[in-house]
Amino acid sequence: MKKLISTPYLLWMAVFIIVPLIMVAYFAVTTADGAFTFDNLAAVSQYANIFVRSIYLAAIATVICLVIAYPLVMILARIDVSFQSTVLMIVMLPMWMNFLLRTYAWMTLLGNNGLINMLFGLFGLGPFRMLNTQGAVVLGMVYNYLPFMILPLYNVIVKIDKSVIDAAHDLGCNNAGTFVKVILPLSVPGVMSGITMVFVPAISTFIISRMLGGGSNLLIGDLIEMQFLGNSYNPNLGAAISLVLMVIILLIMTLLNQFDDDEDRVLM
Amino acid sequence: MSKNIVSLENIAVSFDGEKVLNNISLDIKDKEFVTLLGPSGCGKTTTLRTIGGFITPDSGSVKFDGKDITSLPPYKRNVNTVFQRYALFPHLNVFENIAFGLKVKKFSDKEIQRRVGEMLELVNLKGFEKRSTDRLSGGQQQRVAIARALVNEPKVLLLDEPLGALDLKLRKEMQIELKRMQQRLEITFVYVTHDQEEALTMSDTVVVMKDGDILQVGSPVDIYNEPKNAFVADFIGESNILSGLMVKDLLVEISGKRFECVDTGFGENVGVDVVIRPEDIKLTDEKDAELSGVVQSVTFKGVHYEMVIETYDHNWLVHSTKAAEPGSTVGITFDPYDIHIMNKMK
Repeated sequence: MKKLISTPYLLWMAVFIIVPLIMVAYFAVTTADGAFTFDNLAAVSQYANIFVRSIYLAAIATVICLVIAYPLVMILARIDVSFQSTVLMIVMLPMWMNFLLRTYAWMTLLGNNGLINMLFGLFGLGPFRMLNTQGAVVLGMVYNYLPFMILPLYNVIVKIDKSVIDAAHDLGCNNAGTFVKVILPLSVPGVMSGITMVFVPAISTFIISRMLGGGSNLLIGDLIEMQFLGNSYNPNLGAAISLVLMVIILLIMTLLNQFDDDEDRVLM
Repeated sequence: MSKNIVSLENIAVSFDGEKVLNNISLDIKDKEFVTLLGPSGCGKTTTLRTIGGFITPDSGSVKFDGKDITSLPPYKRNVNTVFQRYALFPHLNVFENIAFGLKVKKFSDKEIQRRVGEMLELVNLKGFEKRSTDRLSGGQQQRVAIARALVNEPKVLLLDEPLGALDLKLRKEMQIELKRMQQRLEITFVYVTHDQEEALTMSDTVVVMKDGDILQVGSPVDIYNEPKNAFVADFIGESNILSGLMVKDLLVEISGKRFECVDTGFGENVGVDVVIRPEDIKLTDEKDAELSGVVQSVTFKGVHYEMVIETYDHNWLVHSTKAAEPGSTVGITFDPYDIHIMNKMK
């Protein structure tokens, strides 16, 4: 009976997850004619600087998201429950708007003749170059992916038993001690899923870097897109890059989860 | 006479404009087992949390060992709490949970090892050091919570309905164990419960509370035998509570009949509440008694039978080792000193 119910899901996973993965792997190790080769994978190494830039920018965006989200969630968890849902809705609100539109809005804000530079102009400052910088890319990532940090963090922190916090106070911890010894370790699962949910889309994004980063801040996502849709059409290389990116994400996540398991001991 | 370790003076607490404690005052003596007893919502937990420092009273003061600690946060008070749902740290194992307070106070590893070891022995959890807390039974979690509080050697241990989640048999065992611990460690226990039997079993002093007021403070024997009013009498064990008229000193009228009693000082022809414990009532032949009634029901309770006898204006609850015949008419008698007279409740 159990098997019967799970059949459609297994079928779905096979057709839409396993098979495509195999296809990506197949393309990555073949030439356009279908001959087996490691050339594609070897060619990926020439884009090492783009990989490094992508990891670097995604990591910065993830850290900024965490730094913004954590205090917000701590405050959120303490206020009245009905007010909590209002704030959460405001957090979610930008996500209801189209991703392209949201990012495009930042273009008009950050441009040399954009709103922000116009305001600076009123005081005789600028114009500053903000668009087409790495900072703009990070800003775009933070803006678009912040809710993905807030929601998992909120879900974990709001469920921390208040009496456990009382217990820490009772046993001699002041507020800072309670945070470090109890709240922080208990929120690690939320931090981990928040990092995953921000870092993974951020490292593989291409629209944000295209719109806000200009041509000079190419990310892996842009590189892959170019292999399939751009003028340097080469799906085999694109597949190889995707495969390498996948392995890198997997490695980073494994590394982070290692940290998760040891967390309570590290912090005690 | 030992000194007061904790003194509450005119403590008032309200939540969202609703009064929870009405200017209560209470002295707790050193090395005593004190129980705050009352129905839910009577303010007993609020009183405990005020002593623990989790609630700052609107007015009044909390004194600890003679010093005013009203505005001191919990982490600076020399008291520890066993919380209602244990509140163990889910990310720490048994040893780390118990060691928590000592680590905060920066004791040496050797000292921590020694004291946690002692505590584990005290609460019979040797060998559980590495166990995760979610793999413990309710009773074991309870013991960890007690050990985690006691390891800090507080002068006062606060316990907030610690046995509420345990089954009856385990609860009885833990009651005896807690009492033994308190006597061995010679520290003050302040215990909150709504279970009157638990209160009577363990306490040196029982504090009966209702609606944010303290109704009576006394030893279990005093509270049981000399309840101050009908509420206390009813809450502490089963009782027959009747409206009566104090005709004069040593004479009370119940159900239209006059009875000799041992109480004085209520005045003449004053309405009073009269409490008679079910076990103090003796059934006789109806000819030999002032009051008589029909046996409505007989229930076997193990040690005794519980019977309901209906007289013309009251259903009497009677405990006796001998059963009466249901439907028969019997006489009800009681001795003068078993009639407890108290002022009418407002």
